[in-house]
Order: sequence, then C-alpha cells, then structure tokens
Amino acid sequence: MATATRCAAILKGLIMTDDIVLKTEDLTKHYGGVHALDGANFELKTGEHVAIMGDNGAGKSTFVRQITGVEQRTRGRMWLYGDEVNFAGPLDAREAGIETVFQTLALADDLDVPDNLFLGREKTKLNWLGPFRILDYKAMREDTMAGLEKTGVKIPNIRNTIANMSGGQRQCVAIARTATFHSRLTIMDEPTAALGVQETAQVENIVRTLKEAGEPLILISHNMRQVMDLVDRIVVFRRGRIVANLKKEETDHQDVVAYITGAKTGADYEGAQ
Amino acid sequence: MAETTHGIGGLKYDKSKRSWPNELNIFFALIIIVLIFEALGQLLPYMNGQSMLFDFNTRRDGTILNIARIKIIILQVSIIGIIALGVTQVIISGGIDLSSGPLVGATAMIVMSFAQTELVNGNPNPKAVFGEWAFDLPVIVPLIVGLMFGALIGGINGTLIALTRIPPFIATLGMFLICRGIAQWWTKGQPVSFPTESYAFIGKGMMPVVWFLMLAFVFHFVLKYTVYGKHTYAIGSNEDAARMSGINIKRHKILVYMIASMLAAFAAIVLSSKNLTAQSGMGPFYELYAIAMAVIGGVSLMGGRGSIIGTVLGAMVFGVIQSGFTYVKLDAFYQLMAMGVIIIAAVVLDQWRQQRAALRS
Repeated sequence: MATATRCAAILKGLIMTDDIVLKTEDLTKHYGGVHALDGANFELKTGEHVAIMGDNGAGKSTFVRQITGVEQRTRGRMWLYGDEVNFAGPLDAREAGIETVFQTLALADDLDVPDNLFLGREKTKLNWLGPFRILDYKAMREDTMAGLEKTGVKIPNIRNTIANMSGGQRQCVAIARTATFHSRLTIMDEPTAALGVQETAQVENIVRTLKEAGEPLILISHNMRQVMDLVDRIVVFRRGRIVANLKKEETDHQDVVAYITGAKTGADYEGAQ
Repeated sequence: MAETTHGIGGLKYDKSKRSWPNELNIFFALIIIVLIFEALGQLLPYMNGQSMLFDFNTRRDGTILNIARIKIIILQVSIIGIIALGVTQVIISGGIDLSSGPLVGATAMIVMSFAQTELVNGNPNPKAVFGEWAFDLPVIVPLIVGLMFGALIGGINGTLIALTRIPPFIATLGMFLICRGIAQWWTKGQPVSFPTESYAFIGKGMMPVVWFLMLAFVFHFVLKYTVYGKHTYAIGSNEDAARMSGINIKRHKILVYMIASMLAAFAAIVLSSKNLTAQSGMGPFYELYAIAMAVIGGVSLMGGRGSIIGTVLGAMVFGVIQSGFTYVKLDAFYQLMAMGVIIIAAVVLDQWRQQRAALRS
C-alpha cells in the first residue's frame, strides 16, 4: 500500500513539476449546442502573470467561470499546484486559494469594506450557534487593514458602504479581497473596463505590487497597452479555442491583434480555425 | 506619504466618520410629531391648554410625565410591532410578506383551541372546539403549536420563493388568502374563547410591551452581530454577489420567512391572550401596518437597508400619531389620512437623502 502511494507520488511528480500553479487539460464547456469553450490546455507557472485576450465571445469569461467553479465544465481536467481539483462551487475554489475579481464586481452595495471582503466566509465566534454564530468584527477589521496595506489600496474610511464609493475604490476593494486571503492564484476579469484613467493607473499599480510579491495572476483584458505593460505571457482565445501562447518579449501589438482577429494561428494550435 | 500607496485619502478605520445614522432622522421626526401635537394641545381652543406627554396638575409623586398615555402609546403598537420585527428582516432580504395579518387570525384560532379551560364560572366551556383532552393543557402546548404553525406557513412561503422563484409578493399574497381561509374553516367562523389563566397571562397588562421590547433587543443583536444578519443584508443588497460569495441563498431565504412567520404567530398568541378570545378576522390590515412601521423606520423596500432600531422608532411614530389624534379629539378617518401622508413622506425623504448621499461621493 505504502509503495503504491509512493509510486503514485513519483508519477505525479513526473507529470506535474512543482512550479506549475494551474494546469488545465481539454477544458470544455458547451451551453446546449453552443461550444463556448473547446479543449483548452492552459498552464501558469509560479510568480507568472498571464493575460488572456480575445474578442467578445471568444471564451475568456467562460474559461474563468470553469476554473473558479462558478459553472461546471462539460469535459476536461484541472490541477492546482499539482493536485487535481473538481470544484462544486465558487466557495470550493476560494478555499483552494483561487481568488477572482469578477467583471460584475460581486460586491454588496449596502455593506462596508470588511463585510464585503469576508462575505460568505465570515470570521466567527461561538460556531455551535449555526446560522446565528457571532461575527468577529475585530478580527475581520484587522485582516482587512492588513490586506489593504498589502495591496497598497487606500480607502478614506473602511466603514463606508460600497454605495458611497467611486468606481476605482470599488475595484480596489474587490482586488483587496484577493489579497486578504493569502490566495494562491488571483484572477482578474477586466478589472479596469469601467474605470477612468487615474483609477486604471491605481489598479495597475496594485497588479504590479502583486507581481513584486510573486503572486501568480491571470488577467483578462481588452486593453493592449495594459497587457503589454503588466504581464509576462499572452494567451489568445478565439471562438472558444486557444489559438496562441505568446511570450511578451517575442511579440508585439500587431502580432497579438492578428491572432485575435484570426489572421494568424499559433503553430501549436493548427486544429483551431 | 509613502509611494507604495495608491489612491486618495488615508487608510483608516474611523468610527467617528461614519455617516449620519438614519435612525437619528426618524428619532427627530418622532420628536417633531410629538411637538406638533403638544402645540396643537396649547393652541386649539377646546383643548384648554392640555399637554400630551406632560401632566402638571394631578401628580403628587413628583413625575410630570403622563405615564399612562406613554404606556398606552407603546402598548397599542407592540403587537403589530412584533410582526414588524419579522417583516423588517424579510424586507431587508429583498422580499415582502403580505401573509402576516391573516396568519395572526389563523394562528389565534388554532392556538386558542389548545388553550381552553374546561369550566367557565362553574359551567362547561360553551366555546369548546375539541373534546375533553384539550382542556386545561399546560401553556407550553398552545405556545409550541402556534410557533410550529408559524414555522410551517413561513417555511412554505420561503420554499415557494426560493425554489419556484415566483415574486415574494405573489407567494405571500396567495398565503394571505389561504390563511384567511384556514382561520374561517377552523371553527366554521365561530370565535374561540375562555383560555386558561396561565395562557391569559402571556398578553396581560403591559406584557405585550415586554415581549415586543425583548424580541426587538434579540433581533437587533441577531441582525447586527450574527452571520444570519449579515447574509440577510447581503442578499437584499446584491443577490448575485451573495451567490458568488458562496452564501446558500435558498436556505437563507427559507429561514428568513420562517422567522418572520413565527414572529407573526407569536403576535397572534399575545393578541388572543390579551383579548381572551380568537376570531378569524383578527389582525385586519396588520400586514400592511407592519410594513408601514418598517418603511417609516427607514427599511428600504429595495432591500439591503434598514434596522430593528429604525422599525421600533417607526412603530413609535405610528403609536404617537394614533394616540395624538385621539388626544386632540380628531376622528379616526383623519388619523388614517395622516398616516398615509406620513408613509409616503418617509419614503420620499429617504430617497431624497439617498440621492444626495450618492451625489456627494
């Protein structure tokens, strides 16, 4: 029995090297007859920042929804730090260390910053009380301050409700949520799409802070300048398939656009149209 | 300022910088309404300079407050107030409960049947519903039967809303009629009377006030300091966000409606105990009054905003207006009109305040 376990461990070690954060194999999602995502093979290494680009409906958000457990995939396998994972729901993914900043911010407007950061996984006391267990406001407040400091986010008063905040501040709160929970992988789905110039710069600075801290990140963005500025590698989606995997140093603006529009397809991805 | 920080302003937790609590506005409104009635008492010629809350002449024990009137003000709102505590939670979670009024009637009928005495002034109970076995049961029996019935109705409300996703308005409107029907069917319209002494104690004298304030305290704590409360606000504020955060929305909604209906059932117990009788038509318009108390108290019908303190103050506004109109000897129909104006004004003012707050940020 022990030998078998060791063999399995060695085999796993051969297939998965330790520096791979996330790996997907043949990840597929069909909505009825619509093939929103088709056979995605994706890899992310420790400390790496990867951008996912593609036109609307290319499958970017679908890909994120599968790896974060928001939806159940039709087919395919997925590993996180070498362990195969099957998330039943978003909370499972979070517990495994995947933190996501969704396109629709997923913040409750009438709650303040610590409440939103800890929504769905509140720190509590007297847990035998079930749904009526007592909130540990002090611990949550302290962790919130630590999380905000780590990302360098400044918010005038964390007791303000989200409804009283600007778009940039809201986005910062959503991002700070990822930093508060010692995440092992951060995913941002178009974090600056709705923001002004100054607020965008603010969010980009946070991303740089994460990079310096060695936190792995998947960034979904339409903003070419932002992507070229921030990430190490660009993965292009088209019609539900991955069509290119480009190192930032070996590509440029025109090249990426060619892959997005379908003028070019990566050598390794000849099957895709 | 260090360069590692981004954005404007500092990062701090500052209690003093919290926005002006809504409850204070309602409190001031309450004081203004009291002052208006005091002024009317001084100005109207036929009032002979009487005061509403103060009593300068008849007291010998030193207090100048008119304790009797203040007691009555609280007493007359405390039973609807108990319902309003549950309705507040339902509205904060983004729903509405129209079934609470008829539920009071139905619960009162059922509960009273389990609380009857065998002998009334030495004669057999003329209103007996069941046979021998149901006479003089310990008071815990009707209490449990009532709360179980409330939990059942609330559970059905919540399950319908959570699973079939029909609007709460429709689900509880249906339950409104069902409960009215149950109340009339139970004894074919006959009132149920003559409870045991221990049952009669539940609603005796100022007991309704004790229950109301005690339950208000409990649910204030529950909404503010427990996971249940936080999730109630979160679901009412942004249901999608709550779902993505992994909150079990369906289970939570069922729980909210169950608690609300159990509170309405408890109000029925107190009311039937106070009146020493139960009738199928008990609690007319109670569901609307309870909603009105919550709304006057600053609970937003859009969900996500409001508090138990607000609802208690809303109930007080309600009581002061009822009592005030009696005090200035104006008829009940003026009272209804004034109440309508106040409900509308409360919501308009609240919306105006929200818009201003949004513009400021």
